[in-house]
Amino acid sequence: MEEDFRKGEECPHLLDLIPNERDWMVKEVGGGGKGFGVIEEKKLELRLGLPGSEDWPAVMGKQEEHSVESALSLGHYKLCKTSGINPSSVGAKRGFFDTVESKTEVFQQQQQQHPGFLQLQAKGKDLSPKTNGRAEQQSLERKACGSSVAHGSAAAPSRNAAGANNSSQTRTATTPVVGWPPIRSFRRNLASTSKPSLESENGGLETAIKPENGGKGLFVKINMDGIPIGRKVDLKAYDSYEKLPLAVNELFQGLLAAQRDPLAAGNQKNPEEKPAITGLLDGNGEYTLVYEDDEGDKMLVGDVPWDMFVSMAKRLRVLKSSELSASSLLQLGAVTRKRTAAEC
Amino acid sequence: MTYFPEEVVEHIFDFLESHRHRNTVSTVCKAWYRVERLSRRSVFVGNCYAVRPERVVVRFPGVRSLSVKGKPHFADFNLVPHDWGGFALPWIEAFARGCPGLEELRLKRMVVSDESLELLARSFPNFKVLVLVSCEGFSTDGLAAIATHCRVLRELDLQENEVEDRGPQWLSCFPDSCTSLVSLNFACLKGDVNAGALERLVARCPNIRTLRLNRAVSVDSLSKILARAPHLVDLGTGSFTMDHRAEAYHRLMNNFTKCKSLKSLSGFWDASPRCLPAVYPICRNLTGLNLSYAPAIQGADLIKLIRLCLKLQRLWVLDCIGDKGLAVVASTCKELQELRVFPSDVCGAGTAVVTEEGLVAISSGCPKLNSLLYFCHQMTNAALITIAKNCPHFTRFRLCILDPGKPDPVTNQPLDEGFGAIVQSCKDLRRLSLSGLLTDQVFLYIGMYAECLEMLSIAFAGDSDKGMMYVLNGCKNMRKLEIRDSPFGDAALLEDVGKYETMRSLWMSSCDITLRGCKTLAAKMPRLNVEVINERDESDEMEENPSDLHRVEKMYVYRTVAGPRNDAPDFVWTL
Repeated sequence: MEEDFRKGEECPHLLDLIPNERDWMVKEVGGGGKGFGVIEEKKLELRLGLPGSEDWPAVMGKQEEHSVESALSLGHYKLCKTSGINPSSVGAKRGFFDTVESKTEVFQQQQQQHPGFLQLQAKGKDLSPKTNGRAEQQSLERKACGSSVAHGSAAAPSRNAAGANNSSQTRTATTPVVGWPPIRSFRRNLASTSKPSLESENGGLETAIKPENGGKGLFVKINMDGIPIGRKVDLKAYDSYEKLPLAVNELFQGLLAAQRDPLAAGNQKNPEEKPAITGLLDGNGEYTLVYEDDEGDKMLVGDVPWDMFVSMAKRLRVLKSSELSASSLLQLGAVTRKRTAAEC
Repeated sequence: MTYFPEEVVEHIFDFLESHRHRNTVSTVCKAWYRVERLSRRSVFVGNCYAVRPERVVVRFPGVRSLSVKGKPHFADFNLVPHDWGGFALPWIEAFARGCPGLEELRLKRMVVSDESLELLARSFPNFKVLVLVSCEGFSTDGLAAIATHCRVLRELDLQENEVEDRGPQWLSCFPDSCTSLVSLNFACLKGDVNAGALERLVARCPNIRTLRLNRAVSVDSLSKILARAPHLVDLGTGSFTMDHRAEAYHRLMNNFTKCKSLKSLSGFWDASPRCLPAVYPICRNLTGLNLSYAPAIQGADLIKLIRLCLKLQRLWVLDCIGDKGLAVVASTCKELQELRVFPSDVCGAGTAVVTEEGLVAISSGCPKLNSLLYFCHQMTNAALITIAKNCPHFTRFRLCILDPGKPDPVTNQPLDEGFGAIVQSCKDLRRLSLSGLLTDQVFLYIGMYAECLEMLSIAFAGDSDKGMMYVLNGCKNMRKLEIRDSPFGDAALLEDVGKYETMRSLWMSSCDITLRGCKTLAAKMPRLNVEVINERDESDEMEENPSDLHRVEKMYVYRTVAGPRNDAPDFVWTL
C-alpha cells in the first residue's frame, strides 16, 4: 500500500508498457480529460479493429499455435490458463496495454496465424433485435476476418463513426426499461417528492439568510403543456426577463415540433421550419409563462423585479394561454396583488 | 493434535474471525467439528433457502448472532415479484424454540411481519441487536413490540426498509428504564415521531453513538438532541430545512460545534443550500458523508462543503456534483476509500452531469479508493484504463452507464478493453458490475484475470453463450452471478452444471434460456433449486403444458441442502 503507483515502478507488468512520454492523465485533473481521449483514439483504433486478437499471441508469447487455438475453445480453457499464463512473467500480462508498440504489420501477421480466433468471431450470432451498436461491432469484426488488409478498413469505419454523430449507434433509452437504471425505488422518487416539501417548509428562508455568493447556477424545472418531458433552466444564466423567453423557446421548440408532427421530426428538420414560441410574457402568444413560488402559488412571470423573481421561483410552467381561464387569471392576479401588498 | 483438551481447541478457534475459516476447521475431524459447533457464536446464512432454520439451530445451539439474507439482489430493482418469498418467521420461530440465547439478528431483503417481530421481542430475553436492511412486511406496530419488550436493546438499525406507518407511538414504547441504546436508526420511516419522546429517549441513553433520524424530525428537534447527545459519532439529520429565524440557525450551528466526536453525517432530507454552513464546524473530522438524499444541493454548495472535509473516507453524493465537483473531491479528500455517485435526474432529458472525466479525476487524486458505485452518462476505454492504472486497489467496482449498451463515445467501440483493464489491474476485485456496450471479449478478460471475483452483475452485454462460459470457466471464486437482458442460452447454462454448487446463486432474466434448459439443469443437479418465475397474465397458457422450447423470462438457481422450498407462491416453479 505504500507504493506510489503514479511513479509506475511497482507494477512492471502493467505500467512499464506505457512510456513516460505518454503519461496519461495520472497528474492531470479535469481539463486533461479531452486530451487523452484524442490520443487514445489513435491507439485504440489500431487495436480494436481486431478485438483481442493481438492479446492472445502476446499472452501466449512463446506458446505454440495450437495452444492458442485451444485456449479459445473452452474445453481446454482451464488447461491453458494454468500452463500458459505465468502471472509473474511480464510478457503474459502485456496483452492489454500493448498499444504502444503496435503497428499495422504486426496485426496482419497475427491475424494470419490465428484462424481459430477469427472463426470464433465469425460465428458470433447476429443479434439484430439488439442494439445497433452491437451489430456495428459484429460487422466490423466480420470485415476484419475477411481479409488481411481488413485491419485498415475495420479501423476506418470506427474512426469515421467516432467523428460523426454516433447517436444512431447507441440504443437510445426512449422507452423506460424495467429496473433500469438499477437504483432503489425510494431514490427514483427522491427528486419529485423532495421539491414540494422544500417549497412548503422553506418559507421565508431565502429572504432571511443572506446568500453566500451569486456564482452558483439556479436550475429550476420547467414543464410545457402537452409535452411529457420537462427541462431545466438556469435562472442565474440570465440577468433580465428579456432573455428568458428565448431560452424557453430554445428548450421546447424542437420538442413541440416533434409533438405536433412526429413523422417529420424523425428527419433532421431545418430549425427555421419549426415554429417559434413567442409572446410568453405579454399575454399575446399561444403560450404564457408562469412560475410557482416557495409557497406553491402560481404567479405570472414578469410582475416583480428580475432578482426577486429569481429568488422566489421554484418551478416554471409554460401554459396554453387559452387554458388560462378567466377565473384562474383573476386568481393569479389576486395572488400577485396580495404578495406585492405584503412586501410594501 | 487430538490430544489437545477441547477447551484449548475452542480457545484457538476463538481467534478465527471469519465464518469461512470456522467452516473449514469444522471439516478437519469429528472432534473439531464438535468443538466448533458448540462454541460457534455467530452464524451467517447467505441464502435463507439454502438450509432449514431448524438444522442451523440443532448444529449450533450456542449461537448468539444470526444473519440471514433472503431475496436475490435484483429484487432491489423490482425484478423479483413482490411475494416471491424470503420469510423471516420460520427463522425466528426455530430460534425461539431451540436457541433462546440469541442476542443479535440481522436480516437483509426478507419479508418480516409484525407477528415475527412480536415473537422476536418476547422470545429472547437477552436480545440486543436488530438490523433490518431492505426488508418489508412490517409496520410501526412491530417496532413498538421491540421497543416494549427488549429490555437490553442496544441497537435498532432500520436501513431502507418498506415500513407501514401506523402512528408515532412506537417510539414512546421504550420504557423509561431503557437506557441501553447505543444505536438507533429509523431514517427510512415515513411517518411522524413524537419529538418529545425522542428527545427524552436520547437524553436517558448515555451511550448513544449512532442516531439516524427520519424526515419528520424537525431541525429544532435536531438542535435539542445534539445538545443532549454531544458524544454522537454517527448522525443522520432529519429534515434539514430551517425556519427563517436566524437564531434557530445559530443555535444549531453551536450545537454542532459541541459534537467533537461526530465522524459521519447523513440524512439532509429536503436540505437547502442555505442550511449547510451549520455543519461546517465539524467537517474537518468527518470520515463519512452522505448527501445523496439532498437533490436541492447543487454543485457549488457541495463543493464548498467538501473543501472542508479533508479526512473523508466515504462519500455518497448525487451526480449534480458534476465533474468539476468530483475534481474538488479528488484534490481535497486524499483519504477517500468509498465513493457512490447516484443519478439525480432519472427521467432522462437531462444534461450529462458526470462523465468519465470526473471518475478519472477521482482516481488520480484518491489512490486509496477501493469501493465505487458510479452512475454516469458515458464512459471511455481510455478513462477506464487510466482509472485501472491509478487505482489498483478496487475491491468493489460498479459502473452504471445510464444508457444501456452505450459504446465509448470517442471511439465508438465497446468497453471491453476498459473493463478488461480494471480486472487485470485490480487483483483484489471481489465485486464488479458492468454496463455500456460489451461483447464476449470482456467476459474473456474477466474469466482470465478476475481471480478473486465473487459477485458479477451483467446487463445488456455479450454476444453469445461464450461470454457466460468464459466467466463460469474462469472465475473460480464466483459466488453470485446475476445476468439480465443478455444473449446467453441453454448451452451456456449447461456448460458446467457442477459449477453452480460452488456458488451461492445464479440469476438470469430476459436471456435466451428455455424451459428445457432449466429442466435439464434441475435433473442433473438435485442439490440445486432451479426456480422458474412466471408472472404472465396469460397464465392459462403456461399452466397447461408449456413447451420446453418456451423461453424462460426469469430463473433463479441456488444450491441448497433443504430441498425445494414449501413456501413458494404459484408463479414460482421449482423444477
